[in-house]
Amino acid sequence: MTSTIVLDQISKSFGKKTVLNNISITVNSGQIFGLIGPSGSGKTTLVKIIVGMDQPSNGQVQVLNTKVPNLNLLQEIGYMAQADALYNDLTGQENLAFFAKLYKLNKHVQNERIAYAADLVNLTPHLTKKVQNYSGGMKRRLSLAVALIHDPQILILDEPTVGIDPELRKSIWAEITRLKNDGKTILITTHVMDEAEKCDQLAMVRDGEIISSGSPLDLKNHYEINSLEEVFLKAGGEKDENNRIS
Amino acid sequence: MRTIALVKRICIQMIRDKRTLALMMIAPLVILTLLHYLLSDETTSPRLGVSGVEEGLIEQLKEKEIVVIQYEQLKNTNQIIMDDSLDGMLQMEGEKVALTLTNDQPSSSKVLQTKIMQAISIESAKEQANNVSKFVQDIQYKLPNVPVNLNKAKTPEINTSYIYGSNDTTFFDQLSPILVGFFVFFFVFLISGIGLLRERTTGTLDRLMATPIQRRDIVFGYLVGYGLFAIIQTLFVVFYAVKVLDIMLVGSLWNVILINFSLALVALLLGILLSAFANSEFQMMQFIPIAIVPQVFFAGILPIEGMPEWMQIIAKFMPMYYGGNALVDVMYKGLGIDSIKYDLLVLVGFAFVFIVLNIFALKKYRKI
Ligand SMILES: Nc1ncnc2c1ncn2[C@@H]1O[C@H](COP(=O)(O)OP(=O)(O)O)[C@@H](O)[C@H]1O
Ligand SMILES: [Mg+2]
Repeated sequence: MTSTIVLDQISKSFGKKTVLNNISITVNSGQIFGLIGPSGSGKTTLVKIIVGMDQPSNGQVQVLNTKVPNLNLLQEIGYMAQADALYNDLTGQENLAFFAKLYKLNKHVQNERIAYAADLVNLTPHLTKKVQNYSGGMKRRLSLAVALIHDPQILILDEPTVGIDPELRKSIWAEITRLKNDGKTILITTHVMDEAEKCDQLAMVRDGEIISSGSPLDLKNHYEINSLEEVFLKAGGEKDENNRIS
Repeated sequence: MRTIALVKRICIQMIRDKRTLALMMIAPLVILTLLHYLLSDETTSPRLGVSGVEEGLIEQLKEKEIVVIQYEQLKNTNQIIMDDSLDGMLQMEGEKVALTLTNDQPSSSKVLQTKIMQAISIESAKEQANNVSKFVQDIQYKLPNVPVNLNKAKTPEINTSYIYGSNDTTFFDQLSPILVGFFVFFFVFLISGIGLLRERTTGTLDRLMATPIQRRDIVFGYLVGYGLFAIIQTLFVVFYAVKVLDIMLVGSLWNVILINFSLALVALLLGILLSAFANSEFQMMQFIPIAIVPQVFFAGILPIEGMPEWMQIIAKFMPMYYGGNALVDVMYKGLGIDSIKYDLLVLVGFAFVFIVLNIFALKKYRKI
C-alpha cells in the first residue's frame, strides 16, 4: 500500500471567501476514501483541486508522486463530476467513444472498455439512444462509465450515486469495492451517511475544514456512538464549541 | 489524434443540428437574394409637373426618363404636388425658374434635381447656339461680300467612360462583394462562438480539462471542425452570389474564395475567443452590435478616406476592412492576387493572433 494522493495544507479562497482551510489528507492505493459533508462544505472544490482543474490558493497536491497539475497524470485519473457533463446530442456510445479517444485508447481496447463500462452501469441496451432522452439516473451512470473508460489508477467520484436507485447503487458499490481490491485508489464524496459506512477511511468536512477523520469504526469508537450521522453532528458541535471558546 | 476526435464530434453534432446548419448555409443566401432585388431594382421614373416650360425643354426632360405632366395655371403648387403624387414641380416665367421638390426621399430628389439642371443647361446651350447662327446669318446678310465661315455650334455632349464597372453598374454591384464577405464572417462567428459557448455552459469544457487533452488541441479541434463547415458555407455563398444572382465578378473566382476562407477563419477564431467572455447565448448575441456590426462600416461601404483620422486608425484593426477591400478589388475592379496579397496576409495575421489568444483564454479552465 502506497500513498497515492497527498494533500498538504490546502487552502482555497474565492475572492475574500475562504472555501477550504488548511486541509491535509493522505489516501493510499487499495483504499476507498470518503469525503463526507453537507453541501456547500467544499467537497467539490477540493476534488477539483486534486484533479488539477482548479488551483489551491495555498498548499500542494501530489498524486502518484507527481505534483498537480500535470497532463500525463490525467491519463491515470478517472473523474466523475458532480454535474453531469455529457454531450446531449450524442448517443451514449458516442459519448464513451469520444472520451476513449481523448485517452488515446486504440480501437480494440476502446470497444472492450465501452462494453465493460456500459455493462457495469447497466446502460448496454441504451447505448444507441441520444443522451437527451436519458433520465437523470441514466446520465449519472453514463458519467460514471466515462470516468472508468480508460481503466485509471485513481478514481475521483463526486457524489456518484445521486439519483441512482438502491439496487443499482448496490451493484456500483460492489464494483467500486472490486476496483479497490485491484489496488486502485478511490476518492469519493457523498453526503449520504450509509455510503460513508462502506469507505475504508473518512474525512468529515464542514465549512472547508476537516472536523474529524479516520475509519468509520474509529470514528464511532472515538465518539462512543453507533451511527456516523451522529458522529457528524457531534464532531460538528464540538467544532462550534471550540470556535466559541477561541 | 485528440484533435481528430474533437473534429469528428463537432461534425456529428453539426449534422444533427439541422436548424443551425440551415442558419449557416441557407440564411446568407436568403438575405443576399433579398438585398439583390432591393438594391439593383431600377427606380421608377420620377413624376415632374411643369408649367410655362417650353416644348424643347420638355423633350429634354422626357429624354431623361422623367414623366412630365403639364399644367396650365397653378394656384397652390404644394397642393397639386400632393394631390397628383408628383416628385416635383418646375415653373418658368420668362427668366424666372422655380423648382419645388417633394424631397420625401432626399437621394432620389437629388437625382431628379440634377437631371432637371442638365436638361435646362442643354436647352439653354442649344438656344445660345441658335442665337449665334442667327447672328451669323444676320451679319452675312449685312456684309454680303465677306465670307463668314462658322461651324454650326453643337450642343455639348459628354462621353462618359468608366474605369470600374459600366453605366449599368448598380449600387448592389459595388456593395455585393462586401456583403458576401460580411455574411460569411457573421454566420461563422455566430455559430462557432455559440458552439464553444455551449461546451462551456453545459460543463463539458470543464470536463474535457479533466482529460489529458491540451488547450491547443481544443482550439485546433474547433478550428478544423467548424472550419470544415465554414468552407462549405463559403462555397455555397460565393457560388450562389456569382452563378445564381449573377453578381458582378470581374476577377478570379478562386481569389474570391480564398479571401472568404481567410475571413471565415478569422471570424471562427474571433467567435470562440469572445465566447470566453459570455455566459449565455444571449450574452453572445450582445457581441454582435459591439464586435460585428462596426465591421460593416469599415468594410468599404462608406469611403474610408473620408473618415476622421482616428476612425481610419480603428479601421485598420477590423478584419472586414481588409476582407472588404480585397473583395472589392477582385470582384468589382478585377485586380489580381498581387493587389490582395497584403490584405490576405493581414487576415492570416489576425487568425494567428486569435489562435494564441484562444489558447491563452482557456487557461481560465486549467492552468496547464
Ligand atoms: N467558482 C466559485 N466562485 C465562488 N465561490 C465558489 C466557487 N465554487 C464554489 N464556491 C463556493 O464554495 C463553497 C463550497 O462549494 P462546493 O465545493 O461546491 O461544496 P460541496 O461540493 O461540498 O457542496 C460554496 O459556498 C460555494 O458557493
Ligand atoms: Mg459538491
